[in-house]
Amino acid sequence: MSQEWPLWEIFIRGQHGMSHRHVGSLHAPDAEMAIRNARDVYTRRKEGVSIWAVRSTDIAASSPSEKGPLFDPADSKVYRHPTFYDIPDDVGHM
Amino acid sequence: MYAQMVKSEGKRPGEALSPEEQAFQDRIDAGERIEPRDWMPEGYRKTLIRQIGQHAHSEIVGQLPEGNWITRAPTLERKAILLAKVQDEAGHGLYLYSAAETLGESRDEMTQKLLDGRMKYSSIFNYPTLTWADIGAIGWLVDGAAIMNQVPLQRTSYGPYARAMVRICKEESFHQRQGYHIMMKMARGTDAQREMAQDALNRFWYPSLMMFGPSDKESVHSAQNMAWKIKINTNDELRQKFVDQTVPQAEFLGLTVPDETLCWNEEKGGYDFAEPDWNEFFEVLKGNGPCNAERIGARQKAWDDGAWFRDGLSAYADKQQARRMAAE
Repeated sequence: MSQEWPLWEIFIRGQHGMSHRHVGSLHAPDAEMAIRNARDVYTRRKEGVSIWAVRSTDIAASSPSEKGPLFDPADSKVYRHPTFYDIPDDVGHM
Repeated sequence: MYAQMVKSEGKRPGEALSPEEQAFQDRIDAGERIEPRDWMPEGYRKTLIRQIGQHAHSEIVGQLPEGNWITRAPTLERKAILLAKVQDEAGHGLYLYSAAETLGESRDEMTQKLLDGRMKYSSIFNYPTLTWADIGAIGWLVDGAAIMNQVPLQRTSYGPYARAMVRICKEESFHQRQGYHIMMKMARGTDAQREMAQDALNRFWYPSLMMFGPSDKESVHSAQNMAWKIKINTNDELRQKFVDQTVPQAEFLGLTVPDETLCWNEEKGGYDFAEPDWNEFFEVLKGNGPCNAERIGARQKAWDDGAWFRDGLSAYADKQQARRMAAE
């Protein structure tokens, strides 16, 4: 079999000024074709106004086994949320 | 239902789960999504590749019966709509191949397995599209049956599969409605058009019921797949739901469902209906349907004829890459 086209991860910016969001992946020989294919595969119904394509092999990801050490410490830091603080109604909107 | 009779690679009933397997099952029972890099039993991985791969192949092969009518659509508008629909099917195939690839099997490998018969696609696409009304019947019945299966799969345990389903379901409703629209037009047309619509319903009714697969109430494969939440309903449940939904739609069209035993059963709150001919179903799966050879022949030809193009684009990409490296 000949060489398989590499895999690209596709990110699309929706209509409303949001950040680019991962929508899926596809195969393409190079970046230009990845973007062209992404237009056909992921924006047939005006789902986006901008496309990013990144080689899948270039993405570094955290490992599922690190989930605890990475994310659990935030559990005990409720004071990072505004609702932690009781402000009397008399103060008005804050 | 695009994936039929998916054999499960799970443990035999009664076999004890290892601690890892138990923890995995607990996650699924708690409604958590499994993601590609999470630990999963080998059986879960293999079964999902089989199921999602078959689903993807069905989307791709499913383009062929409809593609047959693109050049002969009755109006320019119908032609544009059919083109858009067939293009959607290609998209659905790609979403699903991507989901399957996260489990460690490449799209080209899956394509090879389809071509040499190691992987299947849905039995329904081995039936020919003889008239324009068949395009209406496919959208209405075949996509209608697919929706029955795909809507619950949006809640399947494997994250990439569930997300592909969400995307597909959004688009599928257009497919069914455009099909029904064609049927309405023909059912309200001339006598000849009405006859054509009735004939399409006659030919596609039982093959559509077969899409859900034979009864699996007692199947160990289905039980394991349901425990893994890669199958949500039994085949009989989905078939009943499909019949209950479709019969009133046929009545609205003034067409007759080709089943003399069909009648409303007040007690169960659903229709009683005749089973399709399961011998025919198994023959079609074995490769003896009206169009099996033609469908795989078309896929093989597309693969072979496209080789120079795939290679050409790869060669161009390599050359550009080499130039960029040299310039740096």
